[in-house]
Amino acid sequence: MQFYEGAVLPRGSFPCRPATVGVIVAAPSWLRQAERRVDHVQAQDAGADLRRSAWMAAAQAGDGAAYQALLRECIPIIKSVARRRGISADRIDDVVQDVLLTIHRGRQTYDPSRSFTAWLSVIAERRAIDLLRRIRRQDAREVHAPLALENHADEAADPARGLAQAEATGAVARALASLPPHQREAVQRLVLDERSLADAAALTRRTKGSLKVNLHRGLKALRGRIASGG
Amino acid sequence: MNTFSNNDSAHERLIRHLVTDLIPVRRLQPPSVRALAWLAAVVATAVALALIADLPALGRRLIAAPDMWLAVTGSAATAILATFAAFELSLPDAPRTWALLPLPAALMWIVASGVGCLRAWFVPGTHAADLNEARDCLIFIVGLSVPLSALLIIMLRRACPLHPKLTALIAGLSSAAAAATLLNLFHPFDAAATDLAVHVVAVAIVIVANRAFSGRLLTTNFSRSGVTRAMPRSN
Repeated sequence: MQFYEGAVLPRGSFPCRPATVGVIVAAPSWLRQAERRVDHVQAQDAGADLRRSAWMAAAQAGDGAAYQALLRECIPIIKSVARRRGISADRIDDVVQDVLLTIHRGRQTYDPSRSFTAWLSVIAERRAIDLLRRIRRQDAREVHAPLALENHADEAADPARGLAQAEATGAVARALASLPPHQREAVQRLVLDERSLADAAALTRRTKGSLKVNLHRGLKALRGRIASGG
Repeated sequence: MNTFSNNDSAHERLIRHLVTDLIPVRRLQPPSVRALAWLAAVVATAVALALIADLPALGRRLIAAPDMWLAVTGSAATAILATFAAFELSLPDAPRTWALLPLPAALMWIVASGVGCLRAWFVPGTHAADLNEARDCLIFIVGLSVPLSALLIIMLRRACPLHPKLTALIAGLSSAAAAATLLNLFHPFDAAATDLAVHVVAVAIVIVANRAFSGRLLTTNFSRSGVTRAMPRSN
């Protein structure tokens, strides 16, 4: 970028040769600094882009480390493109995942002599537009009716399910009751009561190691008894 | 904060899946080169068919009806442009507007065929196709389009079309136009109204079948990869 008299012109767009304009006012120091900053950022961007292209070329050859580094760097770029396209914050991650999958699936179509960042941005834009279309189609089909949803009968509801569940619970309770007392205690405290190992140890006055061994044996015995229908 | 960390870990999980799934790939040739490869296969088919075709009859017909050149040029240009468009559309960064590329040539093909059809009505003594000949045309276009479409779809599947149905539709147009162009080798009469209608039906069958079946093939290629199945969702 060049700054002339405060006007910002992209390189190569100067409408005529500077000598024919007449006097060009020397840019003030803050503008020169800004120009240097812009050049610095552009140089950094170009460097990053070259690095990404090299990573992608390595990924095409099967280099997993380069691929991982590249995909991680892609995420902020994709998010920025999606945000610019007007994707809502809760959907941006869907675009990220779609684009990462597209990169993976289409990695053989990338030509390393071209800018990777430009390639990625175009794909991110297309995926973002696709998602917006999907959302629009979905919104056109769906209606917001919370009362209807609440009042809708559950067709999959099975009146016998409660009975079956009670039977299964009874079978577990019988199997648990048939365990030796130490094992039953360990299963009761650690699994059913969801206590921590330290809590259970304090409560039962046993060591943590003993509780762990009893829990392991108790669960194994339970599994065996329930599997054999006992 | 929690949501962000959940989503970030979902991305990390996906990246790990993709890295695990990574295998070396051969870089694809530019779409124009791949399009030329398919067109070379069509030209090879044309040469093979020309060996058994009645070329002097074709020459006489083209001299008698110069507008036939326009129809043949139109169908050939449609095939060529649709092929380039299909290969461009198979790239993930291609704009959908590539699909418009073959339209001018297709328009020229339709108009020139229509003119030939009108002449068959107004010029006495023009040989018009009977029902059997029309049926042969239908079988020829559809029959030749099947292997051409299959080859084209196999080549397109190697890329990554983001709009598989549109890509398949243009691929169908390309195959149908190529088959209709090659039909001229065995078509010693003008396109009368019935014949033209049969051509339109044959081309439409090929395009619709491509969009339905090949579109699904191209979609399957994208969504049923092992990675997609294992893809963790962010929400």
